Formats: sequence, C-alpha cells, structure tokens
Amino acid sequence: MKADPKRVLTGEHYLDGDHACAEGALAAGCTFIAGYPITPSTEVVERISERIPTVGGIFIQMEDELASMAAVVGASWSGAKALTVTSGPGFSLMMENIGLACMLEAPCVIINVQRGGPSTGLPTLTGQADMMQVRWGSHGDYEIIALSPNSPQECFFFTIKAFNLSEKYRVPAFVMTDECVGHMTEKVIIPEADKIELFQRRYTKLPPEEYLPFKPGPNLVPEMVKAGDGYRIHATGLTHDEKGYPVMNWEAQEKLVRRLVEKIRKNADDIVEYEEEETDDAEIVLLSYGISSRVAIPAIQKARAEGIKVGVLRLIVVWPFPEKRVYELSKKIKAFVVPEINYGQIVLEVERSVHGECDAILVPHGGGWVHNPEDIYRGIKEAVK
Amino acid sequence: MKFWRKPLDLDQLEIPHGEIHIVKDRCKGCAFCVEYCPKDVLELSDEFNIKGYHPPYVKNPDQCLFCRLCETICPEFAIWVTEKQKEVKKVES
Amino acid sequence: MNETLTKEMGVIEEKHPMENILRMDRIPHIWCPTCGIGIAVTSFAIALEKSKIPLDQVCVVSGIGCSGRVAGYVKLDSFHSTHGRAIPFATGLKLGNPKLKTVVFSGDGDIIGIGGNHFIHSARRNMDMLVLCINNFIYAMTGGQLAATTPLTANTSTSPYGNYETPFNLPYLADSCGAVYVARWTVLHVRRLANSITEALNKKGFSFIEIICPCSTIYARRNRLGSGLDLMKFYHDNSIIKHGANTKELDIGFQQKIIVGKFVDRERPTFLESLNDWNRKVFGDKFKEYGGPDDGD
Repeated sequence: MKADPKRVLTGEHYLDGDHACAEGALAAGCTFIAGYPITPSTEVVERISERIPTVGGIFIQMEDELASMAAVVGASWSGAKALTVTSGPGFSLMMENIGLACMLEAPCVIINVQRGGPSTGLPTLTGQADMMQVRWGSHGDYEIIALSPNSPQECFFFTIKAFNLSEKYRVPAFVMTDECVGHMTEKVIIPEADKIELFQRRYTKLPPEEYLPFKPGPNLVPEMVKAGDGYRIHATGLTHDEKGYPVMNWEAQEKLVRRLVEKIRKNADDIVEYEEEETDDAEIVLLSYGISSRVAIPAIQKARAEGIKVGVLRLIVVWPFPEKRVYELSKKIKAFVVPEINYGQIVLEVERSVHGECDAILVPHGGGWVHNPEDIYRGIKEAVK
Repeated sequence: MKFWRKPLDLDQLEIPHGEIHIVKDRCKGCAFCVEYCPKDVLELSDEFNIKGYHPPYVKNPDQCLFCRLCETICPEFAIWVTEKQKEVKKVES
Repeated sequence: MNETLTKEMGVIEEKHPMENILRMDRIPHIWCPTCGIGIAVTSFAIALEKSKIPLDQVCVVSGIGCSGRVAGYVKLDSFHSTHGRAIPFATGLKLGNPKLKTVVFSGDGDIIGIGGNHFIHSARRNMDMLVLCINNFIYAMTGGQLAATTPLTANTSTSPYGNYETPFNLPYLADSCGAVYVARWTVLHVRRLANSITEALNKKGFSFIEIICPCSTIYARRNRLGSGLDLMKFYHDNSIIKHGANTKELDIGFQQKIIVGKFVDRERPTFLESLNDWNRKVFGDKFKEYGGPDDGD
C-alpha cells in the first residue's frame, strides 16, 4: 500500500528531528496519537496537534504516560495506527502498558527522545541510556523492535519503518532517538506519497466462528481483527490460549511466551538492518548507533589517516541485535569499539555476540553531551594495541 | 388468585406463569433466589451438587408468575424462567 | 473443560436467555459463592438487550481484580487490560473508532484506587463511556486489603485494627469532576440497576454507576457480617432510594445507611463533540473529521 498524498508533506524542508518524526508518523497513516508533555520530545506532539485537524486523526493529551500508552494499545485494537512519544521518566511510566501491548500483540509505535538519566536527570540534554530499558524494561519475557536514527531525515524514514515493522509483527516498535537528533535541524526531503511503501495490517478473512485471535499465522504472527468487526474477541493481559481465554498453567505460558519471543527471533534476518563501511579488511570495527555514529566520523578519519584499518557497523535496527553479523565480523577483526552515551549497554550485547573471538571496547559517556571525537579516537588506538 | 382490590380490567388481564430451569451444577448455594422470590416458589434442596452445594428446587411451580427475579439475581447464571404456554385461567375473585 | 463436563453429565439441555451476551463456555466463573458481581453482569446483559445498541459495537474493558474478570465472561469485544488502566484503554478504543460504544466494567480498587487519576480526567473531558464500578469496599482478589472505599473502622488485612482513613464518596467525586450521569445501586436493586444501566448506555458522555456488591469471603468474614445473604438483607433494610440527592451527602459509613438512586443526569458536550465543533469553527471546510479506521476516502 502507498501512503496517502494528503498526509505527506512532499518537498524539501528544514526540520528538527522531532518534527521529522511527526511528519513520518503522519505519512505512515498514523491516526491516533496520545501524548504527555515531556522535554525533549514534546515538539513531536506539538507538530502533530498542529497538523492533525486537517489531515484526519485524533491527538489527545492524556493525564500521564501510563494513560497515553494504555490509550495507544486500545486505539491499536480499534484499528488505528497509534503512536505515543516520550522521554526517560515518561518511558519508565509506559513500561507497564508496553508489556500489555506485547501481550495483546497490539501494533503501535513509541518514540523515545532520550535524555540524561537516571530519574529527572538532564531534561534538556542528550543521552543513550534507555537502550537496555527498551529491550527489558517491562516485566516478563518479550521481544520488541527498536530503531535508532542519527539525523532528522532518518527520523522521518525510521518512524515510517517502525510503523511498518510494528504492523507486520504485531509488536510495539520503538524509535530510539535522542535529544541531540531530536533538536538538530537539518534538511529533510519528504518524497512523494507513492514512493512511500506502507505495510497494511493483516486482518483475518475467516468468519467469526472459525477465527482464533491468537492463532499463529504467517511468521508466527496472528491475523488481527478490529474491535467492532463483529468477531467479539477477548484479549487479556493474562496468559492466554489461541482463543484469547486466560489459562493458568505452565504449558500455556510456554506456548505463548515462546511464540512472542520467536516471532521476532526467528524473523530477525528480515528485521535486522545495519550500515557497513570498509569492513572487508578491517582490523577494528566501530560499532555505533544514533548520534554517536556521527560523532565518531572525525575519529575514524583520523585513525584511517594513520593507516589503521577501521570499519564501521552502524546499527539501524538495534533490537533485535544483529548478533549473526557481529559474530561473523568478530572472527576477522581485533576488536569492536563501541561509543555510546551511557556506561555500557549495547557493548554488553556485542560482548555476548562475539563469543570471545575479539575484544569489545566501550567508549562511555555519562550523558549531557556527545563524545569528544578524540575519546573515540583513543578507543580505537587502544583497540589496535 | 386473590386480589385485595379487584382491578376494573380484570377480565382482560392474563396472569403469566413461568417455568423455572435450574442448572444445578452451576449453583453455589447463595440462596438469593430462594430469599427474594416474591412468591416463595423456590427452596434449597437437601441434595448436593457436583461442587457440594445445595441447589434450589422448585417447591411451588404453580405459584411462579414469570417475574424472572430469580434469573436476574442469580450470580451464577444457573437459573432462568421461560413463560409457560398461555392457557386461559379462571380467576377467582 | 467445563462445557464437556457438564454436557457429559447431561445437565445443560436448554439455553440460558443471556447466552448471546455471555461466554457460556467460560461459565462457571471464578467468583466466590454469594459474590454479587455475577448479578451486576446479568443486570448489564439485560440493560444491553433493552438498550437496543448493536452488540457488535459494544466493547467492554476491564482492569484487574475480581471485577476485572467481567471482560472475560461477556461475549462482546472485550479487553482485560492492566491494573487501573481500563479507562485510558477504553479512551483509546473510543477515539480509535468513534463508532464504538465503550463500557468500563471494573472494581473500586482498580477504577478509583490505582486508576483514580484516569477517572477524574475522563470525567472532566466527558469522554464518551459508561463506567460501571463494582464497589465491595476492599481489594478482594489479593486477599482483602484496605481500599480507597473501605468505610471508617472496617477491618481489612492491611488495617487489621480498623480503618482510620477517610474513604472516597464516589458519586460526589464523579459529580464534581463533571460526569453527566451518576447513580448508585446495590446488586439487590437488580431491576433498578438494569434500568439505570440502560439509561446510561443511551446517554452520551461520561456516565458513572457505582454498584455496591457483597463480598462474603473477604469483607464480610473479616468484619463478621455473616454471609453474602446477610449482606443482601442488610442492603434491603438499610438502603434509602433518594433520586437527585445531594452527592455531598452520600458518604458510606461502616454498616450505616446507604443512599442509592440516580443523582446526576445532565447534558454536556462530549470530548469528541467538543473537538469536532471547535475544529470546524477554526478550520472550516479544511477540517477533516475522523470517523474511524473504515472511513476511507
């Protein structure tokens, strides 16, 4: 399906990352947005509330992030493409109903414009420290999809991509941007609507008496219905069977949780996306995501000028993690250098994936500002030692 | 049936009668139906159901006026009333 | 399993008249003997039938707790959400597809305790939904802890020497936040309750009905009030029907008189009406009204 031309602001724009996310959501056909003000993500909903009356859809400012996320899950089940936007403290509040979205397999998109934490931390300054929270923050076992843009242009495209993946796999998809990208203003090219491909939610064609709402379909993903379609389904946050009815035993738990996890793990090759540069003969690979991947460029150039063979693996989809590719590379190289604006999150995943074949060197940053490229350069130098 | 004051349109009135259906094994013996039946049609029985409760039985079937209060007040969806085939009943005044 | 078991025993021959509204394959339900939630469900089913609203358009959303299980027993599009979040979930459902009729069926701990913030804001916005709040004065599912509705001096497992916290007066709370329909009934008042739900179902905006419900296993046992039947008898002797009563005067004391009735019935534009009217005023023909996911153009 192509995007609706009335919702796409085709042309060349000068936008910040937050506004680009808003345009991405509208282009993706998002018709329900619930939000609660929080720096530095508020501009997304500000832009949406300005635009939505004339493009069609509903924006509601909820009483808190608990409510925003719950409303998003509800709207998703009534057939809307639903979005909410937040940052650190609000993200923590959303965890409860992100779990519900996973359990009810409600397609929805959450944009987290990361800031410094913990707690109130640095409301106006950047961070990348929610990368593990997005994966593990809600209780219980589940899988999600998370993307990490490094420019306003990518904010636009990745928001659309997040909608497509979330609709395809019926799982919450996250756009993990950060204050820096969110507030960075750059050229954003919005293509014509017919160049934007949208994934259409798979609704069942079965009659109500044959339909089972949680029976795995293609890719282990059940076909969906909308509330009001006459299927009279029951969806519960309790462990349930294919009919959607609660079942309290380990067999049902095993069956359900395994599918929730496997629908992402088994399809990881389809979801995973990264950018590679000069990895063929690299001795060092700089693995980065989001704003850190741009800050690393001068460091890479400096190291290359000195003759160090530095390759780049830039994560577009952070979760599921491209563990296969990281392992392949690890057998050929000395070390991964991982700059991130936290004290070690994705680097742990790199360490896990290399199975001891090479080193994983963290270049940490506490947040509040991006790395000095000099620090990343020193990380590379340490790696070649 | 006796009336304390004879309605003017008595000849046009037809008093409905109900037939009570009980799913004994669904009953949890709360006795709400027995207590609140306005005509004392029901009573708890001595028998045990599958769960070990005493379900009600229809003691005075003829007294049921199809008011469906037992059906409405049963928390277990275990009892309901259908209207008996209408037969012309003589009303004594 | 229940179905096959009872079928094998040859018990279920006829169909319960509520069969098209209840998920009979899930009955018997999990509620204790003499619990009143089943009665509230029956009243709701009767009201639904009377209201003539197409059943396919009705969505029931529950939170967590004993009353949270209602969603699992009604054969409608039903959602069993997270603790306290039934109201925002229903908000999403309604706004995602404005053609739906959303009913929140949950308990006092869920709607007023953990979900109190959502309750007051939805009433303020006049979000189009009917909230049926089962009030059994206690957190029953978790074993009888102190609730925001527990009457003063009542004994709970976390107020073992008696409650010293002032409880909420729910109709007053709903009224002051702007609900367009506010009523309170006990489950003994089945017919009035069913009529009240019918009336509220046909009303636009945020309607609220508090349903006082016996909890014999926990509340009555801890407070030595006898069986569920004794609680029903208590409601019989101590309920005063007072329509239009001042909601300020509806506090419930421990084993004191309970004032029931319809207290508020007024008109206010709903959230969606206000949104659409305002935007039409501002944008004129440029305003694109959202009618739901099937409203393609």
